[in-house]
Amino acid sequence: MRVLVAMSGGVDSSVAAALLVEQGHDVVGATLKLWGGPSDSGCCSVADVDDARRVAQQLGVPHHVFNLTEEFDRHVVAPYVASHAAGQTPNPCIECNRSIKFDRLLERADRMGFDRLATGHHARVTGPELHRLRRGADPAKDQSYVLSMLGQSELARVVFPVGEMTKAEVRAHAVRLGLRTADKPDSQDVCFIGRVEGRQGFLGRQLEFHPAEVVDGSGQQVGSVDAVELVTLGQRRGMGHGADGARHYVVAVDVPTRRVTVGSAAEAVISSLSLPARTLTWVDQPLRDGDRAVAQVSAHGRPAPCSVAVSGKELTITFDVPQRPVAPGQTVALYDVAEPDAVVGAGIAA
Amino acid sequence: LTTYLDHAATTPLRPEVVAAMAEATAEPLGNPTGSHPPAQRARRLLEEARDTVAAVLGRPPGEVVFTSGGTESANLAVLGSLEAIAPGGHPPVILCSAIEHPAVLESCRAAERRLGATLHLVSVDGGGLIDLQALQQALGQGADLLALMLANNETGVVQPVALAATLAAKAARPERDGRPLVFTDAVQASSYLDLAEATAGADLVSISAHKVGGPVGTGVLVMAADSTLEPRQYGGGQERERRSGTQDVVGAVGLATALALASAEREATTRRVGALRDRLAQGLVDALDQAHRTVPPDVPTLPGHLHLCLSGIEREELLVLLGEQGICASGGSSCASGALEPSHVLAAMGVPDELAAGSLRLTLGASSTEVDVDRALAVIPTVVASLRHAGRHAD
Repeated sequence: MRVLVAMSGGVDSSVAAALLVEQGHDVVGATLKLWGGPSDSGCCSVADVDDARRVAQQLGVPHHVFNLTEEFDRHVVAPYVASHAAGQTPNPCIECNRSIKFDRLLERADRMGFDRLATGHHARVTGPELHRLRRGADPAKDQSYVLSMLGQSELARVVFPVGEMTKAEVRAHAVRLGLRTADKPDSQDVCFIGRVEGRQGFLGRQLEFHPAEVVDGSGQQVGSVDAVELVTLGQRRGMGHGADGARHYVVAVDVPTRRVTVGSAAEAVISSLSLPARTLTWVDQPLRDGDRAVAQVSAHGRPAPCSVAVSGKELTITFDVPQRPVAPGQTVALYDVAEPDAVVGAGIAA
Repeated sequence: LTTYLDHAATTPLRPEVVAAMAEATAEPLGNPTGSHPPAQRARRLLEEARDTVAAVLGRPPGEVVFTSGGTESANLAVLGSLEAIAPGGHPPVILCSAIEHPAVLESCRAAERRLGATLHLVSVDGGGLIDLQALQQALGQGADLLALMLANNETGVVQPVALAATLAAKAARPERDGRPLVFTDAVQASSYLDLAEATAGADLVSISAHKVGGPVGTGVLVMAADSTLEPRQYGGGQERERRSGTQDVVGAVGLATALALASAEREATTRRVGALRDRLAQGLVDALDQAHRTVPPDVPTLPGHLHLCLSGIEREELLVLLGEQGICASGGSSCASGALEPSHVLAAMGVPDELAAGSLRLTLGASSTEVDVDRALAVIPTVVASLRHAGRHAD
């Protein structure tokens, strides 16, 4: 097979490329230049391109840099900023997977005659007829959540070579091969946001923050925040304590009226959640009204069994056990109740 | 099988150059500032090289400063000359064509930041030629430095530097300290143009060895005897206090040999390479749908340059596939990471973004042959067609 490997300069994609070479495939490495602005983390810095290129050289495969900064800005960064301005909590890595890696790059791989696009994600695809997206073998590193928007068309053309391995096995393999990325730390942060300035510093340059009052359930003001745009539903940090000394959680964020409502842990729960129909994607068949599923609402969140109700406009999930609130903009991945490691589909919380 | 069509990026070392450099190192070479025989020998080789370069450029040898390449020469020309005139005086005004190489553009931007200079970019027309009317107007406002490249690295368009220098000479204004200095980046043109004639009237001229069959890491800044320069690096005062640091004698020998060869063969090379380029251009335009020659035929270009814009093509994809077939080409502009960047040259020419996305620069050189053109004509249309077909399929 002729395989294009998206190499971020991290250990997972390095080993993904190495495994494909060992399997005898015709491998070409590519690093995406996604962000033109300042950054010190993620896959955008020249140092990471150097790491990816050096690994490709060690493996004896060609390496190219593809400049997708304009598309990244349009499909990932600008919507990220707009979403925060609207008081939502977006996940830019998911949008990058949706619009850049498994759209623009996948199309490019197709045009260039590659049979498959490979990445270093910890997830598995099983087939050969019906492609299913499954959790990676390492539960601590599973990335099926950030890939949960992929459908049959994409899954048929991708390969995740490290999905069967634990992170320790990946690192051990990199050490065996003497790859310079073997003990590089995992990237944790959003690649276009610098560690020093953080989300607040980055967004502060892009949009105007508005102070907001913090009120309790009775409407009584109990505090204030400098930037309502940075407050997330369910957030605990900076929200103080109630009269009984228990911690406060954010139970509502209203950007237009500049008001954040807090409550006790017992009040900061939801029993159901709606996903607008336009945000829904399915690995294969859509869930139907009355189906059971398992929902995961963050990258490493605990899976929560739920029931599904479908109307024309939205899909509503009702949790068996009430959950912490899910911020609008967050992706909800739905897994198969019978095979809980298999993704069924995904949507974005309203 | 390699078909090298990227001579504008770098040229293969010519065998004569390799031989001359090997000969220079065959006997002990000292530091040219020393007094013992190996040092004397180094000094002789260095000054012979300087004489050769000076002759090709039609300048006295004392005007030739050896540097580490075109980028250093450009930095020295822009920042060194402005620093020499700036202290105490008015904040300098720079006129710079909008299509200069980053070595020049970024030096001008550094002068803005560090010397408080004002930078005016002078526009070009749709054919990539400097807008002389705009230039004249800008000169009329008063300027201290004019930077205009002799030939553009992306398009190969040859700029009217001698004419611009004449306009600059006439632009002297009494309230300023005299006429603006004229700097021309002749890096790209050095293989093909009569440098003495084409750079006449320029106060500062930069050359790079590796664009003309010489080694990477050696260049020249020509600096008129009556102009002053604040050095960019300090030390032992070599190169008449203009560029400290032990001279790279072997590099200078390579540069001089390459430049002399190019100069001696100029007319024959221009004819031969120009004919190859024309056959390649015609063949590609005939074989490809929607292939636009970026530079109109009546605009003068270097004989080795062919710049095309292919609609419906992403140049990053095309270059990779061409490389896999052994065709070495370029998209025109890339950054240090290796990523292709949007071209400021094509933008200045008003080429629409969707056309610029499919830009392809093929540059022939002294080593190019009919076989190279045959292979390019056999491969490029096939690869372009496969990309376009796959693109349609994907839609």
